[in-house]
Amino acid sequence: MPEPMGFYTDTTVCIGCKACEVACKEWNQLPATNGGKNTLSGDSYDNTRRLDGIHWRHVKFIEQFTDDRKDGRWLLMSDVCKHCVQAPCLEVCPTGAIVRTEFDTVVIQSDACNGCRDCIAACPFGVIETNPASGTAQKCTLCYDRLQGGLEPACSKACPTQSIQFGTISQLRERAQKRVEQLHQAGEKRAYLYGADDKFLGGLNSFYLLVDKPEVYGLPPDPKMPTRNLASASWFSMLGAVIVGLMGIINFRNRGARSGEEQRP
Amino acid sequence: MNSFPSSTFFSAPPEWGWYIVLYFFFGGLAGGCYFIAALLDLFGRPEDRGLARLGYYIALPCIIISAILLILDLGRSLRFWHMLLQSNTYRIMFKPWSPMSVGSWSLLIFGIFSLLSFLGALAEDGLLQKPGAKRLRPPGALGSIIALVGALCGFFVAGYTGVLLGVTNRPIWSDTSLLGMLFVVSAASISAAVMILLAHKSDRSAASINSLHRLDMWVVALEFIVLIAVMISLGPVFRAWLSAWGALLLLGVIVMGMLIPWALYLRKEWLGKGNVTTAAALVLVGGFILRLVIVFSAQRV
Repeated sequence: MPEPMGFYTDTTVCIGCKACEVACKEWNQLPATNGGKNTLSGDSYDNTRRLDGIHWRHVKFIEQFTDDRKDGRWLLMSDVCKHCVQAPCLEVCPTGAIVRTEFDTVVIQSDACNGCRDCIAACPFGVIETNPASGTAQKCTLCYDRLQGGLEPACSKACPTQSIQFGTISQLRERAQKRVEQLHQAGEKRAYLYGADDKFLGGLNSFYLLVDKPEVYGLPPDPKMPTRNLASASWFSMLGAVIVGLMGIINFRNRGARSGEEQRP
Repeated sequence: MNSFPSSTFFSAPPEWGWYIVLYFFFGGLAGGCYFIAALLDLFGRPEDRGLARLGYYIALPCIIISAILLILDLGRSLRFWHMLLQSNTYRIMFKPWSPMSVGSWSLLIFGIFSLLSFLGALAEDGLLQKPGAKRLRPPGALGSIIALVGALCGFFVAGYTGVLLGVTNRPIWSDTSLLGMLFVVSAASISAAVMILLAHKSDRSAASINSLHRLDMWVVALEFIVLIAVMISLGPVFRAWLSAWGALLLLGVIVMGMLIPWALYLRKEWLGKGNVTTAAALVLVGGFILRLVIVFSAQRV
């Protein structure tokens, strides 16, 4: 078995070139939006706008400017499936189409998926959506086909600034930790790692170096497993059934006496 | 939007639309009507049997409609069987911790029980000339077991959908553990309502209908309490219902589907002969709007 593999994305060196988006689309042969008649977002350089079934990489452009626009900064982040160690999508998938690979990545097998979309509602990051070409749920496979052939994923290969780095998780975590220390020493005290430990979802095999709160990047501060509600919701449902059942039994039994009274002359 | 009341606000909507709203409605009717019919069979009086037959006659078509709606909703409808069998090995596909997986099986099993009871009802009405078919319904041992297990399956079909919504990461749905309970109770209220409406068209015993009406009002009162509990349990996420959806929930479900039917129940002289049927119709429409609001509001935040 190979070691767990994944991505480490250092958002501080992303320049927003979108080479990763293009490389991903080309390798995975993903169709264009609206058959190529794309519309511009009009308020940002980000015209992809979100991850979905035909965009498995998405460079987020976050503008933080003062009202007079004299001061500000760009936050750029290439978003992708987080390949969670405890993956919510895999947990709920009723067909078994979502699997964990030998590289510890999470892959949707398109030939098994029937498009029920439970995984879309389960993913706390909003990564998965239906690909209209296949009618199935799709997302980043961490280039499972390339990995099997000993190649690195298309996006990290294309990234010109090494913002997206591919490797074994242990190696990447070590490298990322050093980078955080380096940034702290250089005065960027806000730098920290998101998903590089097992604080949530058992850890993310695609983790991030960020310099602002997760919400600013559109990331949930506290993502959870969907089954957190399973036991309590089931018990409450049973309670509801028992109460309704008792109401029914009492009602239909009592009626015997009452309708008897009504029938009296 | 810089502050989020919950980490569920970063997920994407699964685009469950009208098919799913209708499925929640018909699935609730199927499970609830079967359950009420079984209760009438097991605990009611002999003259209730006509009403019980009506329940079984509603349950089977509703569960068939439900299955069709669910299959149509799939991105790849012809692969619906992947929910039950693994597509590459043809082994059983079953994940007890995934409500959709368990729910798929429950639909199949409940469908079988609905069919058995449907046949039993047909036999009793003299429309099916098969010796032994009458034994598919109580009071016999076989019939009682079918009614009991079928009723439990029916409640499962009616309630698992709410649990399924809870076992996601969408706002509202996964911010409360009470939607399953709400759907179970609501299934009973809309089912009693539909049985009242259809029973009025036929010559079912008036006493049976009145007792069903009384049960419906008790259940609606319970449903009101559960709905308020849902709102409280949402905590800061309740904010998502301070919108047109919340207004629809208040006017369409609480006022029209709960309070007005109760007012009619307490003031029997209102509307004369149409009193009971009007109340039932409002409960039914309210139950539909409830599902509509819950399905759509969590996907439009």
